[in-house]
Amino acid sequence: MSAILESADIDRALKRISHEIIERNQGLDSVVLLGIPTRGAYLASRIAQILMGLGSKVPVGTLDITMHRDDLRLRPPRPLLETLMPTGGIEGKDVVLVDDVLFSGRTIRAALDALGELGRPRTVQLAVLVDRGHRELPIRADYVGKNLPTSAKESVRVQLSEIDEIDCVEIVPAP
Amino acid sequence: MTYTLTGVTLADGTTTNVVVEGQTISSVGSLTVGELIDCSGLMVLPGFVDLHTHLREPGSEDSETVLTGAKAAAKGGFTAVSAMANTSPVADTAGVVEQVFRLGKEAGLCEVFPIGAVTVGLAGEQLAELGAMADSAAQVRVFSDDGKCVSDPLVMRRALEYVKSFGGVIAQHAQDPRLTQASQMNEGEVSSRLGLAGWPAVAEEAIIARDILLADHVKSRLHICHLTTKGGVELVRWSKSQGINVTAEVTPHHLLLTDDLVESYDPVYKVNPPLRTDADVQALRIGLADGTIDIVATDHAPHPTEDKECEWSAAAFGMIGLETAFGVIVKTMIETGAMSWPRLVEVMSTNPAKIGRYSRQGGAVTAGSPANLTLVNPKSAWQVDREKMSSKSKNTPFHGTALTAKVIHTIYEGVFVVKNETLTGLKHE
Amino acid sequence: MKNQLLSINDLSKDDVLSILSTAAELERITEGPTKKLPTLRGRTVVNLFFEDSTRTRISFETAAKRLSADVINFSAKGSSVSKGESLKDTAQTLQAIGADAVVIRHGSSGAAQRLSDSGWINATVINAGDGTHEHPTQALLDAFTISKRFPERKSDFSGLKVAIVGDILHSRVARSNVLLLTKLGASVTLIAPPTLLPVGVESWPVLVSYDLDEELPEFDVVMMLRIQLERMQNFYFPSEREYSRRYGLNEDRLLRMKQSGIVMHPGPMNRGLEISAASADSSRSVIVNQVGNGVSVRMAVLYLLLGGASLSEVSQ
Repeated sequence: MSAILESADIDRALKRISHEIIERNQGLDSVVLLGIPTRGAYLASRIAQILMGLGSKVPVGTLDITMHRDDLRLRPPRPLLETLMPTGGIEGKDVVLVDDVLFSGRTIRAALDALGELGRPRTVQLAVLVDRGHRELPIRADYVGKNLPTSAKESVRVQLSEIDEIDCVEIVPAP
Repeated sequence: MTYTLTGVTLADGTTTNVVVEGQTISSVGSLTVGELIDCSGLMVLPGFVDLHTHLREPGSEDSETVLTGAKAAAKGGFTAVSAMANTSPVADTAGVVEQVFRLGKEAGLCEVFPIGAVTVGLAGEQLAELGAMADSAAQVRVFSDDGKCVSDPLVMRRALEYVKSFGGVIAQHAQDPRLTQASQMNEGEVSSRLGLAGWPAVAEEAIIARDILLADHVKSRLHICHLTTKGGVELVRWSKSQGINVTAEVTPHHLLLTDDLVESYDPVYKVNPPLRTDADVQALRIGLADGTIDIVATDHAPHPTEDKECEWSAAAFGMIGLETAFGVIVKTMIETGAMSWPRLVEVMSTNPAKIGRYSRQGGAVTAGSPANLTLVNPKSAWQVDREKMSSKSKNTPFHGTALTAKVIHTIYEGVFVVKNETLTGLKHE
Repeated sequence: MKNQLLSINDLSKDDVLSILSTAAELERITEGPTKKLPTLRGRTVVNLFFEDSTRTRISFETAAKRLSADVINFSAKGSSVSKGESLKDTAQTLQAIGADAVVIRHGSSGAAQRLSDSGWINATVINAGDGTHEHPTQALLDAFTISKRFPERKSDFSGLKVAIVGDILHSRVARSNVLLLTKLGASVTLIAPPTLLPVGVESWPVLVSYDLDEELPEFDVVMMLRIQLERMQNFYFPSEREYSRRYGLNEDRLLRMKQSGIVMHPGPMNRGLEISAASADSSRSVIVNQVGNGVSVRMAVLYLLLGGASLSEVSQ
């Protein structure tokens, strides 16, 4: 299995996304990042780091979407992951949701519902490391690290050094 | 009818032939007469006698009748059962005991001896007409309020005294009612965890101790029903050492089962007196083997399904036992090496017949004895199946239990009422 | 995690920690503007109460409704239910209705287990108090309350000293709390007159004392149990006054408690008997918090038992 993205590629992709966020929002004054656990949360932190390096401190939080999933009954119950409100909250902010892979769009749908529980942002944008296609809902990403055409028989595996020891994106057979 | 049981083994281990002519054993030895029935591999024992059976008729025919109970008894190898008095109406008059006695005769599958109530309505307040029951056609000699304790010491004293005039015995259900109010199971470690109201051993032992002293004082016969505690065994052992005329019984279930089974909250394990601890079980086995405890009695207590298919506290107390008693006694007492076959004969036949004064029961397998016989296979593995029982009720705690000895034929007054584990449809007229 | 909650023994330590952390998350979510989550939409939860307990029923009802479950309250008390067969009939009725979970409160110990083991019903059974046996969700909410009051412990109760005071013999709350708090590492002391301690308590993983005053300053948590006045009729104690004097949490005793110590009570309280009004309302008291925490904990239990695929759905 060869890596589609290696560590340097991931860094590059996140830097590009960071620049695009600045560009799109004409500054970062009202931007907050909300990572979707588990790996989206790490990606959000990395983007915040990059933005920090570019001179801007952006609030970061996490958003657990478990309770809003529409596929709960397809698997055994899972424990809830942490939802951390960014400092200053999300009310009237430009929220950038961050996730690792965009696939059917159902996770993002759940995230939009979960966001509704927390408050009313001015805008919601979406940043993903990989867009692998096969959308089942009318959802698109605003920032994409890599568009990766895949077949339904495949699965995209994202590993991040924070929990997986290495940084790597690869295509593997679907489980 | 004359036939010979050939190649059959006696309790002492010798192999021989047993000739039955009519209602009597005519010969034990090499002689063969009439139809030859091959009994090789089987043991012949005097028919079992149960001194403690609930046949539920009259009043609760939905759970058992004298006929269905007699069928279950015959299949269990019993040629005599004693029907407890807690029916509805209570067997506290000559009329009721004669009715039960007559139903037993009509069934014709084993002798049915009614037990008379000690007090009117089992209420513990006023003596029932014990003499009238003794003089009736049923010839009652055993009296008991079983299910309830004769708790008033004065009533108990008088009852013990009164039955001396006709050689009766009081069979006491030893349970102090005040110490067992709302009690649900043995009081101890398990009840503390399960949150079920405890039934202390002392509630049983205090009554046993009192009644032993009363029996000594008035020089009468006391029989203690279903002993369950180590302390109770000690009390009976002491009383026998003092020469007091006390006999005691133990049930098969109290020789095998312990209170941790209640953890399932399955009311099939709900019984009065309750299942106790392993230490109690061990003491009971020793007591039965060494002669402290005189007999095994089933306390066969049928209940309809709905009385057990419910939460614990709402369920009825009691277990059926006629069809499993022999197998359980072999499992607990013979297989463990605690007891010999001749001792099994004593505790399941000879002694209960003596206590009840049942003259045609409990005789040795010798020429001249009545032909009340049980033929058993001591080595034949089987699994208890409540659906295959003849009792009208299914509340056995032994469903699924593996046993190794079983009753094959039961001969009542010379008649094969059970042959090859099956009721023959024949009866003694 | 097992597909039922009949006893604390059904839960591993990890299950308990998962329930407590889920409760904390759910509490945070429901502090927001919308209190309702869609998670159990389409699931039916039946509150089957054979005994009156308005607070427990309301707590479960609120929890289920916040998760968007359909809730049916079935009060079997006061109807013709007196014999056990009705438990079976009721269970079969609920099965026919299509209940996904049955929250059962019953006066008979073991009733929840009977319902679960009997095969009368496939629903997930949650014990909301069975006789004098157990009340697992009460213990979970008590542990949740303690963990919130001692956040630095992160649900590790090792070394935490807890006193449970009062009618241990008849208390399902005490039984569940002993199992749960010791599972989390706490040291539990039962304090009661000898008449109100079960025979066999020596086999429990606890310390036992007849004297409330002896170690009072040592305890981090003092949990008072409700005393039922009808107990006096069975000679468990001579009089209310004597009980209150020897085992009641009054102001003097409150003052002798440790600085950080807290007071708990599962309710409903007999103010002036086992607990004085001042103790119940003091800053040490977390009794009101217990009630609110009950909803979060019961949401967590319902979510973890019903939120995922049921066994039959997995097998499909």
